[in-house]
Amino acid sequence: MSATEVDPATTNSPEAAMASRARFAALVQRQGAFAIFVLVMVVASFSFDSFLSRGNLTGIAVQASFLAMLALGMTFVIMTGGIDLSVGSVFALGGVLAAWGSQHGTLVAFALPLGVCGLIGLVQGLVIARGGLPPFIVTLAGLLFARGLLLLLTDEGAKTYKVPAGSSFRKLAQSDLLGVPYPVLLVVLFFAIGALVLHRTSYGASVLAIGGQEDAAELMGLPVQRTKVLTYVASALLAGFGGIMIASYTSSGVTILGVGLELEAIAAVVLGGTLLTGGAGTILGSLIGVLLLQVIKNVINQVGSLDSDWQAVVSGSILLGVVTLQRWLTRAERT
Amino acid sequence: MTDTASPATTGASAPESSGRSRRVDSDWVRRNGVFVALVLLLLFNLLFTDNFATEGTLRLQLVQVAPVLIVALGMALVIGTEGIDLSVGAVMALAAALIPLYIGYGTGVSIGISLAAGVVVGLIAGVLVAHVGVQPIVATLGLMVAGRGVANLFGGQIKSIRDESFRELGTGSILGIPYVVAIAAVIAVVVGLVVRRTTYGRQLVAIGGNKLAAELAGLPVKRVLVTTYVVSGLLAAMAGILLAARSQASDPTKLGLLMELSAITAVVIGGTPLSGGQVRILGTVAGALLMQLITATLIFHNIQDSWAQIVQAVIVIAAVYVQLGRGTTRKSRKT
Amino acid sequence: MTSTTTTTPARGTGDPVLETVGVTKTFGGVHALRGVDFQLAPGEIHALVGENGAGKSTLIKVLTGVYAPDAGEVRYAGETRHFRGPSDAQDVGISTIYQEVNLVPLLSVARNIFLGREPRNRFGLIDVRSMNQQARELMRELTIELDVSKELGRLGLGAQQMVALARAMSVESRVVIMDEPTSSLEAKEVTTLFTVARRLRDRGVGLVFVSHRLDELWELCDRVTILRDGRWVHTGPLAEMSRLELVSSMLGRDVEEVASEGATEFGESHRRSEEPAMVVSGIEVRNRLHGIDLTVRPGEVVGLAGLLGSGRSETVKAIYGAMHTDAGEVTVSGKKVRANSVRRALSAGIALLSEDRKAEGIIPDLSVRDNIALAVLPRMSRAGVVSEGKIDALVETFMRRLQIKASSPQQKVRELSGGNQQKVLIARWLCTEPTVFLLDEPTRGIDVGAKSEVQSLIDELAQQGLAVVLISSEMDELVEGADRIVVLHDGSAQSELDSRNLSSSELLRALAGDRSTDSPRGGQTGGPTDSPTDSKGEAS
Repeated sequence: MSATEVDPATTNSPEAAMASRARFAALVQRQGAFAIFVLVMVVASFSFDSFLSRGNLTGIAVQASFLAMLALGMTFVIMTGGIDLSVGSVFALGGVLAAWGSQHGTLVAFALPLGVCGLIGLVQGLVIARGGLPPFIVTLAGLLFARGLLLLLTDEGAKTYKVPAGSSFRKLAQSDLLGVPYPVLLVVLFFAIGALVLHRTSYGASVLAIGGQEDAAELMGLPVQRTKVLTYVASALLAGFGGIMIASYTSSGVTILGVGLELEAIAAVVLGGTLLTGGAGTILGSLIGVLLLQVIKNVINQVGSLDSDWQAVVSGSILLGVVTLQRWLTRAERT
Repeated sequence: MTDTASPATTGASAPESSGRSRRVDSDWVRRNGVFVALVLLLLFNLLFTDNFATEGTLRLQLVQVAPVLIVALGMALVIGTEGIDLSVGAVMALAAALIPLYIGYGTGVSIGISLAAGVVVGLIAGVLVAHVGVQPIVATLGLMVAGRGVANLFGGQIKSIRDESFRELGTGSILGIPYVVAIAAVIAVVVGLVVRRTTYGRQLVAIGGNKLAAELAGLPVKRVLVTTYVVSGLLAAMAGILLAARSQASDPTKLGLLMELSAITAVVIGGTPLSGGQVRILGTVAGALLMQLITATLIFHNIQDSWAQIVQAVIVIAAVYVQLGRGTTRKSRKT
Repeated sequence: MTSTTTTTPARGTGDPVLETVGVTKTFGGVHALRGVDFQLAPGEIHALVGENGAGKSTLIKVLTGVYAPDAGEVRYAGETRHFRGPSDAQDVGISTIYQEVNLVPLLSVARNIFLGREPRNRFGLIDVRSMNQQARELMRELTIELDVSKELGRLGLGAQQMVALARAMSVESRVVIMDEPTSSLEAKEVTTLFTVARRLRDRGVGLVFVSHRLDELWELCDRVTILRDGRWVHTGPLAEMSRLELVSSMLGRDVEEVASEGATEFGESHRRSEEPAMVVSGIEVRNRLHGIDLTVRPGEVVGLAGLLGSGRSETVKAIYGAMHTDAGEVTVSGKKVRANSVRRALSAGIALLSEDRKAEGIIPDLSVRDNIALAVLPRMSRAGVVSEGKIDALVETFMRRLQIKASSPQQKVRELSGGNQQKVLIARWLCTEPTVFLLDEPTRGIDVGAKSEVQSLIDELAQQGLAVVLISSEMDELVEGADRIVVLHDGSAQSELDSRNLSSSELLRALAGDRSTDSPRGGQTGGPTDSPTDSKGEAS
């Protein structure tokens, strides 16, 4: 593939070339989604007058906020080299529990979903970390379990719990501060905390170390199992919180939500430059991945003649394109 | 490279002989557990379910399981190579969506085009996995998202299909056996023969068992991988066509939803390890039947559908746990 | 086994800071260590050497708490310790630096140094400023020039090793174990690493140093402990030892000992024709092989010798197309073989029996029969459908010829003994009817009976006209089995022994790098390969 004619005496130039290529690879991996995001934003703002309007941008941000919660947890999970397929179901379950709970008070609306979702995350984490079962299968079962529980609670999906009209719970997602909706503020807050946790706590370091090389992390004496369990708990909690937000936003517990959302979250994280093999990635990248997906949705909606289904096609293609590019470049880096 | 080998790996095959009897036991459970469970459940239904042993009931069960089985057979091949194919559900939707568009040119033509679409998706997945080196889960995830988008673009809303011979394919029968069931049975036999009797099948299993060794033995690893994803795409398209034929309609948003999960479940419960190297066709057939029967049993006894999912979740975890058998290396190292 | 017989040198005195007493460790019945005594004194750099399977890695893992010994005990600062894991060992002050840097590439240098023990601010968060400050001080102390806020992954491997050392420093370890730290470093980086290691020694830290580069031992280390086959063999000051003595006790051969005839099943030298079966010229693999030339004639067994890390396995892998080569040419029976393709090499008539039977050879869950027929499946089938009859016949022939002991051809290969697995693999390759057979440690890890069977088989194959390249770390096997031996050293052919000087003592000398007895190269590599090694237009 690469024409590397190496004269052992003068390895400098090809090495330098390789280094610059590696740097470019890292750049694409880290900033590729950002570049596409900016590009789409620029094109969209020239193409549609209404695109940059306050209302539209706020809409995009609010719509993206739910997925963002899932993507944040997923980022941590993927960084440890795992995957969490259960978040879509857990998200929906959280929403239904929150809507049901809000009938018994706002506190219950928060505590109940977080408790149940946290428990699901804990079980998944324990089975993965201690039982050594593959995350893919465990969280796949978690997906089925959470959705089954959800259907059980809602009379096979027939019953929709409403948030009482006067409930303060509605404020969570329906109010704003200085014009910025609460969900958006919450996402910013959570991502800031997430970045802080990743970069400023020993837990964060363990996450990166485990993803980089699990054996190495263990040899360095890091608490591998505990870190993994915590990560799956965090992912489930964040998904549950996303559910709480959507319950407040729609004032009801909608049961059909969240199907396939785990895959969108994974797509956003991978787009944001986190390698599925773990060990590399950024919190901010995932946020950009989420925004990119949402902006694409928005743009396709704006093009009246285009079917909204283009959104899925474009998202899928971008995901594959970015992954292929990542792969080619990292391969160049290795050889 | 050569120097890091610890005595554990250099010294003969002694580690294997220890704990052999335990392995034989868990091996037996892994191989035959699904059949035992299937027989027990059948007995239970024969004894306790009214109207179970009627032709109508049994026929319905088989008709319902046929598409899942067809997809699961392709999935079994993919899992045999240590891969996974998440795109099957989307391929089913895509295949079904194409039928009403081309049915005007003849039933055969439209079916041919649908199958070709499955091949194309499989080809893309195969090239991404084998040649580019993208992880199977990411490659097929992207195709899953994009594939359903394309299906929706082609299909739009639910379209009914009015074609006599197409209707016959979905609802007719030969010698009292519904076509759908007969086709699934034929495919199962063919896939079984392919795995056992052909060069391709042997090579596939070898690649899944030890890719590095297979490469060093000069096996056409990339070609086999691509072929496998193509077969999986083809079979998924087949299943989509049969589902459309049965309902005489295509519904791209719903058709084949979560099918990838059902298929994976059937394969795993059937005793094919996710780590590749084995393809258990009979086990996969039994796995698909078992899952179908569990759902049916719960419905017969007026237990809500949601419980079926929860039960399925528990079964998946249990099946994988049995596969891992003797606990994990991690644990045994710790103590 | 009492081993404290060493004379007292300047360094390595004092009560040992870390020692093992009679440590035994077995893996599934195989002894990796048998009653090993080892003592590390404060303020010394202690070399730990041995060939593959000698037990170095296992001993290190016992010392660092990865494995618990089955018998015997580990003492740290005079106290018996039972480490439950690497973190236990780390907590008391034993740090380990591995060949592959085990740090987190995404974190900064400072983060890596303090991973797990970061300074905190009053909010409980990591105090980056004071952490960087401390890291800088540490670097200054070690006279390493590095930007501590830089991401580790952006540094060279050498620099990463320094960071690993700095990490060991920062935990104030009293013991630092370095497991092949230099194997991927450039010469300059090695020098710096050694400087830092010496500085640590001067502060009273005890260092264990594992390396297969013999020169480095004398350059850096004070004492040496030699292990062989899981047993302790020798401990003593390095200065009192010659290279030859070291190598001979590593390999278990007495310097004076004359080759004992008949230790193996190999017969006399083979009849050989003059037309070479395979000519290899100028194989280059970056950082590993430097211009390897090799010629093998039909019916000839050419031995490939060299100590650990000399590039033996890499050479055969490169010939077979399984390792990416940067330059070089392979011709079989006069026809050029396209580089870097296993399938081309195979169809040209080259076969490789890999050293790592488990990872690169057997497909454990397949039957004996399927494993044997694996490489020739296309030939055994018509229109993609396997002809079971043909395979049965083939498998039966080879199972009988190689006396493979399996309950039936259907038995899973992982259930066989190592020796029989090896025979299955040999059968796999013989099915391809090779012209050249590359054998990488064909008798390692198999029982005595199978070993002699394999040896006589190699003999027989050569007599039938097969060209064989034989890699072995057993000197008897090479000396008696090979017609010529090419000795590799640091990725290039250093010397060659042929019928005139083929003996254990000569080989030992050659392995130890004693250049005085070198037979002149060039003329002997023979064949039409004298062309200079400039064939770099290879890559597409």
